[in-house]
Amino acid sequence: MKPSIVKAQPGDVEKDASMIKQKQMMAAHYERLSNAPETGEKVASTFVPGNLNELLMCFDLVNNLPEVNAIQSGLRKKSGQYIMEAERAGHSEDVCTYVKSDIGMMMKGNIGPNGRELPKPDVLLLSYTGCFTFLKWFELLREQYKCPTIFLQTPYMADGKVTPNMIQYMVKQFKETVIPTLEEVSGVKFDIDRLREYLAKSAKAEDDLVYILETGKNKPSPIDAYFGGIYYIGPIFGAFRGTDDAIDYYKFLREEVDQRMLKGLGPVTPDGPMGEEKYRLVVEGPPNYTSFRQFWKMFYEEGATVVASSYTKVGGTYDYGFRHDPDRPLESLAEYCLGVYTNRSLPMRIDMLTDYINEYEADGLLINSIKSCNSFSAGQLLIMREVEKRTGKPAAFIETDLVDPRYFSAANVKNRLESYFQMVEQKRSGKGAAA
Amino acid sequence: MSNPTTTEIVARAQELYEDLNFTAAREWKDAEPGRKVIGYLPVYIPRELIHAAGFLPLGIMGGGDNLEVIHGDAYYQSYICRIPRSTVELGVSGRVDFVDGMLFPSICDVIRNLSGMWKMLFPEVYSKYFDVPQTYKDEVGGTFYIGEMRELLHDLEELAGRKITDDDINASIAAYNENRQLVNELYALRAAVPWQAPASEAYLIIRAGLALPVQKPSVMLRQYIDAAKAEERPMKDNSKVVVTGMFCEQPPLNLIKSLELSGCYVVDDDFMLVSRWLTKDVPTDGDPVYELSQAFLHHSMSTAAKYEPDLAEKGQFLVRSVRETGAEGVIFASTSFCDPALLDRPMLQNVLKDADIPFIAFKYAENSGQMQPIREQAGTFVDSIKLWSAA
Ligand code: SF4
Ligand code: SF4
Repeated sequence: MKPSIVKAQPGDVEKDASMIKQKQMMAAHYERLSNAPETGEKVASTFVPGNLNELLMCFDLVNNLPEVNAIQSGLRKKSGQYIMEAERAGHSEDVCTYVKSDIGMMMKGNIGPNGRELPKPDVLLLSYTGCFTFLKWFELLREQYKCPTIFLQTPYMADGKVTPNMIQYMVKQFKETVIPTLEEVSGVKFDIDRLREYLAKSAKAEDDLVYILETGKNKPSPIDAYFGGIYYIGPIFGAFRGTDDAIDYYKFLREEVDQRMLKGLGPVTPDGPMGEEKYRLVVEGPPNYTSFRQFWKMFYEEGATVVASSYTKVGGTYDYGFRHDPDRPLESLAEYCLGVYTNRSLPMRIDMLTDYINEYEADGLLINSIKSCNSFSAGQLLIMREVEKRTGKPAAFIETDLVDPRYFSAANVKNRLESYFQMVEQKRSGKGAAA
Repeated sequence: MSNPTTTEIVARAQELYEDLNFTAAREWKDAEPGRKVIGYLPVYIPRELIHAAGFLPLGIMGGGDNLEVIHGDAYYQSYICRIPRSTVELGVSGRVDFVDGMLFPSICDVIRNLSGMWKMLFPEVYSKYFDVPQTYKDEVGGTFYIGEMRELLHDLEELAGRKITDDDINASIAAYNENRQLVNELYALRAAVPWQAPASEAYLIIRAGLALPVQKPSVMLRQYIDAAKAEERPMKDNSKVVVTGMFCEQPPLNLIKSLELSGCYVVDDDFMLVSRWLTKDVPTDGDPVYELSQAFLHHSMSTAAKYEPDLAEKGQFLVRSVRETGAEGVIFASTSFCDPALLDRPMLQNVLKDADIPFIAFKYAENSGQMQPIREQAGTFVDSIKLWSAA
């Protein structure tokens, strides 16, 4: 069965059709997941970086993303209790809180954001891309679910290049293990033309996503590429890449952003349209989700817009030119996995952030360092100093966590931000040196 | 010449272990023009390839508790383990300025990111992230690994300014086979008569070996094993335990000694796995790179940094270790903030529960100073093991 297409109503464009569309898509997706035991649809759990949604669709598998579930738990303020639950069961306080949120949620009945139980996965697609923790996370889930687990290794882009050995390794894994196991689990024969069709759709939506993200170069920026960006990447990083839904969503979004740009408007925030754009920032690192609105407010209240971010590249670095390519289906999936932000070396990350500051004419770099995420956090202090040195723009460092509310100290974050904005002001007026 | 005593050998090993300027490696390098030293971090590097280039593979296992970290903390947040910051300290303080290359094995995201930091901090020094397969089919992971080793060989040839032949590599494989046999012999001795070869001494002997060209540690190991067998040392009423989780950031020596003082005979561990990663001799008469890949895929140790494809096999290495050494319990000693060790721990503990093997767990850092809580915890554990086995 192919995924159903949710149609937004005509006329919605003026009142943020994209938002409505996304809500409908997400709701329908979670319902589809919850209904899986009744409908008999099979479910694959996998990760956002290295997400092979098009391939999963070729086997009629429904994509379940534990990272997205953890985000949802964070936004709904449930992750704190889930994490405690996992810690009570013996998980260390030191490890990635996404994992503990997921495990705690499982222990509490695995209730999804729709209030209904999420299904047990029929297969775990352990796409080992850009994060070591993924490997342990799915070993932990495998221990619980005892379902087939497919390991797909994405070699690390340590030297800033993709070598033929890397591509061949990944394509071989697709052919020798990933595809045969998915066939076995789903009972569906692999059809490469079906994959091509989905990949072509992906590329179309990807074009629009890049267009939208790059509108951040305008002054004022019509988007917030971090807080808003998290919504914008949802469909393409999640279960919708390769679908008509995603194409529609990005089309609507593009139209809305174009309109805002034409009118010279800034981003839309939870409190309505943003006022004057005072600061243009590039942000590195994931956000905090447990106090997401409060966190965002600290920015828009001060007139700070994030014009570009690295987090919106964890599920693909499309702005660097990558597109899924129907003519080279498996190679293209391999290149996609290899290129995601967290699979990039530190020097590549530094280059990217420096480019963003220059190209988006930002006032500086802000790093939100996540206590429990080694993949992002290890090396960020060097990144900060290096980007500062190369751009001459001030950088600042704040520390929070993704979904553990214990590590979000609003007062600290606010203080840091306020001094950072002062630093930017000083820099502008040529008074102070970068801190 | 008479064989030195264990005390003498251990004293020399301790000297090498404590020398954070790596004088022995510097001296080796200076002894002949053209010599080069390649540093590597935990957990595993095919040292045979470095040796075959005529270079010295130098194990850099962090700074330990003797290194004052002055600059390193400016590179890492408080919630990241110690080994990367002390390694950066070794770098920026000039202690490894004689090293001609650094290899960062694929073990976790911290070491992975450190590989990029090293490139930024020391652009003039060769450095490489060394990727290894996590899939174990010959034609898939094996082929990839052969490709990665060939890339490394190519780089080493450039550094050496000469071709590295199969004969060179086979000769190095033979040298490391011998070294591993000796390390294994020492572990077997420890398991059988731990009072003759305590873990704290064995640790120093093997650790010292990481700073010397392979022939020297082999001699040292031979001498130590012979001396340990020959000397009469008092047997204590200790309990045999296996410790696990120390595969990357190394424990302070005092921690191992504290475990011994609290009544443990540590009969197996995962310290410095590089010295016994390959569990069988690697054939010396074939295509050496292929043989090294086969050994990696099919005859290598299990650790948290490695994917276990078979659920039924998960953690069984620990059960086997307990059974084979006659240990009575397991101590999970994990580095603080170490995702691989700490995420693996609950799974391993479940396996031990099923196998009815008692365990305790604590965390440490390479610079942990306070041993009292660990001593107390381990002491209580030993007491409970004794009660349990008497019941
Ligand atoms: S990328 Fe970071 S937050 Fe995501 S799973 Fe890995 S460690 Fe956790
Ligand atoms: S101690 Fe653990 S987290 Fe730290 S570098 Fe080693 S394996 Fe990685």
